[in-house]
Amino acid sequence: MQIDKNQLLRFTTAGSVDDGKSTLIGRLLFDSKSIFEDQIEAVESSSKKKGHEGVDLAMFTDGLKDEREQGITIDVAYRYFTTPKRKFIIADTPGHIQYTRNMVTGASTANAAIILIDARHGVIEQTKRHTFIASLLQIPHIIVCINKMDLVDYSEEVYNDIIGQFEEFSSKLLIKDVRYIPISALYGDNVVNRSENMKWYQGSPLLHELETLHISSDINKVDARFPVQTVLRPQREGFIDFRGYAGRVASGIFRPKDEVTILPSGFTSTIKAVHSDEGELEEAFAPMSIAITLEDDIDISRGDMIVKTNNQPEAKQDIDAMLCWLNTDEAKPRAKYTIMHTSNEQRAMIKEVVYKIDINTYNRNTEDKSLKMNDISRVKLRTTKPLMTDDYRENRNTGSIILIDESTNETVAAGMIL
Amino acid sequence: MSKYYLNYLDELESEAIYILREVYAQFQNPVILFSGGKDSILVTHLAKKAFYPCKIPFALMHVDTGHNFPETIKFRDDLIESLGARLIVGSVQESIDKGRVQEEKGKNATRNALQITTLLDAIEENKVDCAIGGGRRDEEKARAKERFFSHRDDFGQWDPKNQRPELWNLLNGKHFEGEHFRAFPISNWTEMDVWNYIQRENIQIPSLYLAHEREVVRRNGSWIPNSEFLKLEEHEEIVTKKIRFRTLGDITITGGIESDADTLEKVALEVSTMRQTERGNRSDDKRSETAMEDRKREGYF
Repeated sequence: MQIDKNQLLRFTTAGSVDDGKSTLIGRLLFDSKSIFEDQIEAVESSSKKKGHEGVDLAMFTDGLKDEREQGITIDVAYRYFTTPKRKFIIADTPGHIQYTRNMVTGASTANAAIILIDARHGVIEQTKRHTFIASLLQIPHIIVCINKMDLVDYSEEVYNDIIGQFEEFSSKLLIKDVRYIPISALYGDNVVNRSENMKWYQGSPLLHELETLHISSDINKVDARFPVQTVLRPQREGFIDFRGYAGRVASGIFRPKDEVTILPSGFTSTIKAVHSDEGELEEAFAPMSIAITLEDDIDISRGDMIVKTNNQPEAKQDIDAMLCWLNTDEAKPRAKYTIMHTSNEQRAMIKEVVYKIDINTYNRNTEDKSLKMNDISRVKLRTTKPLMTDDYRENRNTGSIILIDESTNETVAAGMIL
Repeated sequence: MSKYYLNYLDELESEAIYILREVYAQFQNPVILFSGGKDSILVTHLAKKAFYPCKIPFALMHVDTGHNFPETIKFRDDLIESLGARLIVGSVQESIDKGRVQEEKGKNATRNALQITTLLDAIEENKVDCAIGGGRRDEEKARAKERFFSHRDDFGQWDPKNQRPELWNLLNGKHFEGEHFRAFPISNWTEMDVWNYIQRENIQIPSLYLAHEREVVRRNGSWIPNSEFLKLEEHEEIVTKKIRFRTLGDITITGGIESDADTLEKVALEVSTMRQTERGNRSDDKRSETAMEDRKREGYF
């Protein structure tokens, strides 16, 4: 069956309140026939109540009470659709200024980001902000959709002009892969089907891009890292001596007979077997959930990391990171937080705020040392014990951290290790 | 294409196993909320995989409305026995008898909303700090906003506007005494994914999901099964139809659809051509546009 080969692609959509983001998602779902009749009926009846004519596509993505009342998206909502080629997960995040934290959340696991630009307005501050976050979170693929082309007479000139604007500011950012598509979400031009109104556009419609993006290389397959989540000790017949280390491969590939080192202890051993519930595997790669058994009896527990001996992460207690503050409570100077990194948990202190980034201009502010909601700052952290880290740029899974406020238990910050 | 990628079902499976292992590692006394429906059966199956060759480390908690399909209860008991797991039952009837809740009156009365109190009582009595559910984000618009680890305050309430951000694979299950979490390992699965996976893994499910002859009555656009709890309206008439159920809940509110799909394969095929959502036959969701959100805020599944 075809589905045996289909991959999963996660993408996030960023846009400001009025640039048609919800309409675009509604259009993708609608044209790919992912919306059910009863949903259409429900939307039709609420559209009527609001005095809209026909079906308001944007309403398919509205979730909670407040946002239906206010007509804005207030939190990350997840949407799903499938085509014969792929399964898609959309993290629909609001473009509103105070919701940077939701955008960061949605972006953290995405393979691709769709950035929407209103063709009438071109690149605005929010475009720069969204693109900055996409680059900071190292989303592997960026698709810039220039929307509402119907309102600028499907003009090639407007389209090219906006690409120029985008290239100019984004050249300062680290972006691996960017492509541009002129669309009209409202009328469906270049969303699922090729536009009849823009014959000058030679590229593919959005859905085709999403179906064919090369995502197999998005996960690091070079540096073998296995954070131990828990230890499996069945102690029952047939498995008396079984001691399996359970976890999800964070990156790289593991095979039986690999020489491995256990961090932070530094003990070395050899992989005896790689297990799934169906038996032993020849190899396991990211993001597979497996269990590993070793040739030697070593004391290993949650928070330890199994890595290949010839390729090890850095053990760091002083950590440089880009930190996005996510909480309404401002950071307290020299306060201690719980830090989560893979399956490891330590305590950490923010030793220094080096600078804060103005995400509209990309300027660095070295004067303002506060960390407030939605701030993105370069910081120095000191942890109680070393973390086994890689640079976020090389490895999203072993290069990311969160900070938890011990007095509220809330997740207050997300960090990318430099 | 490189061989080093997972297909989408393997990726969903791996994600769910990761979440189940995090639950085990981060909580003292987690349980699986088990309704006997396919989603909670799937979660139980995934838990078996996640901890193999160990036994599943979670008890199964069933909130029993007293209005069950007999098939569901038999299925539940057989599964418990084969897993060697512990069963915790929270009984809505008991909550009514104790005066904790009052039975709804009138024609469309159900015990659906009453489950909230029973569930929260059972969570408190058994000192459960994490209840694992089979909720999926594609089911319903309020569920679309759920986190994998979803915080509940000491009244068991959900505050959708004040959820903890969830980044990368870092799940924060920290909580104070009296609070608990709901964990949703199959958040990212759709109904189609569930059926494709059940078929692939050949997971046993109650026969109610497959087409069978049954006495039913037409109500609110779906076929409600005849049972001792059914109160017939004047114009209503009991007929025998070949039907199957897309979701399983309280027998009084779970509607079936006419179908000839009597094997897993046929069901998967039928689901792929469905034009109605699976909860479209659940009268509990039809009460108002925000029925699910309102119940969830109070502590519903």
